[in-house]
Amino acid sequence: MLTEQQSTRATPSFDVVPGEGGREAIKLEKAEVVYGRGKRTTQALAPTQLRVEKGEFVALVGPSGCGKSTILKLVSNLLAPSSGHVHVGGREVGAKRVGVGMAFQNPTMLPWLSVRDNVMLPLKIVPPFRSRFRKARKGEFRDRADALLEKVGLKGFGDKQPWQLSGGMLQRASLCRALIHEPELLLLDEPFGALDQFTREELWGILQNLWLESKPTVLLVTHDLREAAFLGTRICVMSPRPGKIIDDQPVPMARPRTISMTYDQDFVRLTQQLRELITHSRPDVA
Amino acid sequence: MEFVEKIRQKLAAAMLILGVFVVWEIACLLMGIPEIVLPRPTVILETLSARLPQLMPHVLQTLGTTLTGFVMGVTVGMLLGAIVGSSRVAYDTAYPLLVGFSSIPKVAVVPIFVLWFGSGTVPAVLTSFIICIFPVVVNVATGLATTEPELEDVLKSLGAKKREILWNVGIPRAMPYFFASLKVAITLAFVGTVLAETIASNRGIGNVMMIATSSFDVPLVFSGLFLLALLGVALYLVFSLIERRVAGWAMRKSELPTL
Ligand SMILES: Nc1ncnc2c1ncn2[C@@H]1O[C@H](COP(=O)(O)OP(=O)(O)O)[C@@H](O)[C@H]1O
Ligand SMILES: [Mg+2]
Repeated sequence: MLTEQQSTRATPSFDVVPGEGGREAIKLEKAEVVYGRGKRTTQALAPTQLRVEKGEFVALVGPSGCGKSTILKLVSNLLAPSSGHVHVGGREVGAKRVGVGMAFQNPTMLPWLSVRDNVMLPLKIVPPFRSRFRKARKGEFRDRADALLEKVGLKGFGDKQPWQLSGGMLQRASLCRALIHEPELLLLDEPFGALDQFTREELWGILQNLWLESKPTVLLVTHDLREAAFLGTRICVMSPRPGKIIDDQPVPMARPRTISMTYDQDFVRLTQQLRELITHSRPDVA
Repeated sequence: MEFVEKIRQKLAAAMLILGVFVVWEIACLLMGIPEIVLPRPTVILETLSARLPQLMPHVLQTLGTTLTGFVMGVTVGMLLGAIVGSSRVAYDTAYPLLVGFSSIPKVAVVPIFVLWFGSGTVPAVLTSFIICIFPVVVNVATGLATTEPELEDVLKSLGAKKREILWNVGIPRAMPYFFASLKVAITLAFVGTVLAETIASNRGIGNVMMIATSSFDVPLVFSGLFLLALLGVALYLVFSLIERRVAGWAMRKSELPTL
C-alpha cells in the first residue's frame, strides 16, 4: 500500500502507475452516511464496500430510498461519508481532480441559461477546456454541444430556455451535460426515469455506443432491471434503507447488446432473479 | 398580435394619465379653485416652461445627489447582502439589526447628519444613501440564501471552486432579486434627497419647493412635484429596461411560446 502511494507520487500521471491500484476507479470502504444531527438522524447508507475498476459499467439497483443517490453523491464529493473512506482514482475523493460527469435525478438545468449553455457548462469549469472557453464557446464548443443534443434527439432545441422543455427532454439535455467534457467517470442517477419506453430504449443504445467508444467508468443508478441488465457489465443490488450492497454479479452477455436480446431466456432469467432478490431482501436478512 | 396588444396597453396607460389631468383641469375650472390652493395642470406647465432655465440647476443638483447616494447605497447594500446571504448564521444574526435600522424614520436622521457635516449636499447624499441600503441588502441576501442546493451541486460535482459557484450560480440566481430592489431603491433615494434638501440645503428641488411654499408660489411648488415625478418615472424605466435584459429569465410569463 505504502509503496503504491509512493510510486503514485513519483509518477506525474496516475494512468501509467502499474498494478492493481492503477485499475481502480472507485472504492468505497465501510463508507457510511448518516443524515441529520442530534436526535433526528437517518442512516441512509450502512457501511458499504464497493469497488469499481476502470472502464466498468456498474448498474446500481435497489428499492427507493435505499441510498443509491447517496452513493453517487459520495463519489462525486458532494457529500462526505460519516465514517469510512471513499476513493476515486486511487486517492481519497477530492484529493485529486478527476473528470466527473454527473446527471442528477432531477434534471437541474440553470434556468437563466439556454439549453445549449447549460450543456456547455462543464466546458466552462473543467480543465483543459476552461482555458479555451471564451474563444471556443461560439465555435467549436457550440458545435460540440449541438452535436450531442442531436444525438439524444434534441436537435434545434439548443436556443430554448429550460422551462420550454418537457421533463423527458430536460433529462436528455442533462445527459448531454454529463457527457460533453468526455469525463473518465460518469455518474448517472436514474437518467431515463421520466422517459417513455421507446425513447428510453433508444437512449440505452446511444449510451451503450458512447461507452463502447471511449470506455469511461460508469456508475448508473436505476430501478429498471432490464436497463441494468442491458447496460451494465456488473449489477450491484442494494438492500432497503439503510442500504448496503447485498449482491454483485457480472452480466456476461456479449456486446453490443440489442433490445431484442433483453427478451432472451438468459436475460429474462437474470432480471427475474434480481427482482426476487430485491423483493425478498429485508434489512434483517441482509 | 403581441405587438398590437402592447401598443394598446401603452395607449391605455397614456390615456389614463391624460384623463387624470383633464379631470383635474376641468374640476379646478368648474369649482373655481384658486391657484394658491390647487393650480391647474396648464398653469403648472406654463410655470414649468417659463421657469425651466432657472429650475434646471436644481434638477441637476437633485439628480446628482440622488444618483450619488443611490450608487453608494447599492454598492454597500450589495456587499452587505452578499455577506448576509452567503451564510445561514450571518443571515439569522444580522437580520434583526437590519430591520431595526431600517425602521428608523429617515426624517429623524437628517438633523444628525446636519450636525455632523453641516447643511448642504452631504446630508442629502447620506440620507438617500442610507435609505436605499436596506431593500438592496434584503433582496440580495434573500436571492443568495434561497439558491437551490441542487443548482450548486451541478457546479460542485464538476470540481468548481467557491468563487466559480458564486459567479455561475449565486449571482445569476440573485439577479432578479437585485434588480427588483434597484427599482425600489431608486425611488426611495429620491425621497431621501428631497427630504434632506427640504430640511437642510440651499439647493435642489426640495429646497426650491420649500422656498416656493413660504412665498405662496404654489404653481412653482407643483412644478417641483411634476419634475420629481418625471425624474422618478424616468429612472424607474431605465432600471426596468436593464432588468429585462439581465434578468429576463425570471419573467417568463411575458414570453410567448415560439417555434
Ligand atoms: N439531505 C437529506 N437529509 C436527510 N435525509 C436524507 C437526505 N437525503 C436523503 N435522505 C434520506 O436518505 C435515504 C437515502 O436517500 P437516497 O440516497 O436519495 O435514496 P435513493 O436510493 O432513492 O436514491 C432516504 O431514506 C432519504 O429519505
Ligand atoms: Mg435517488
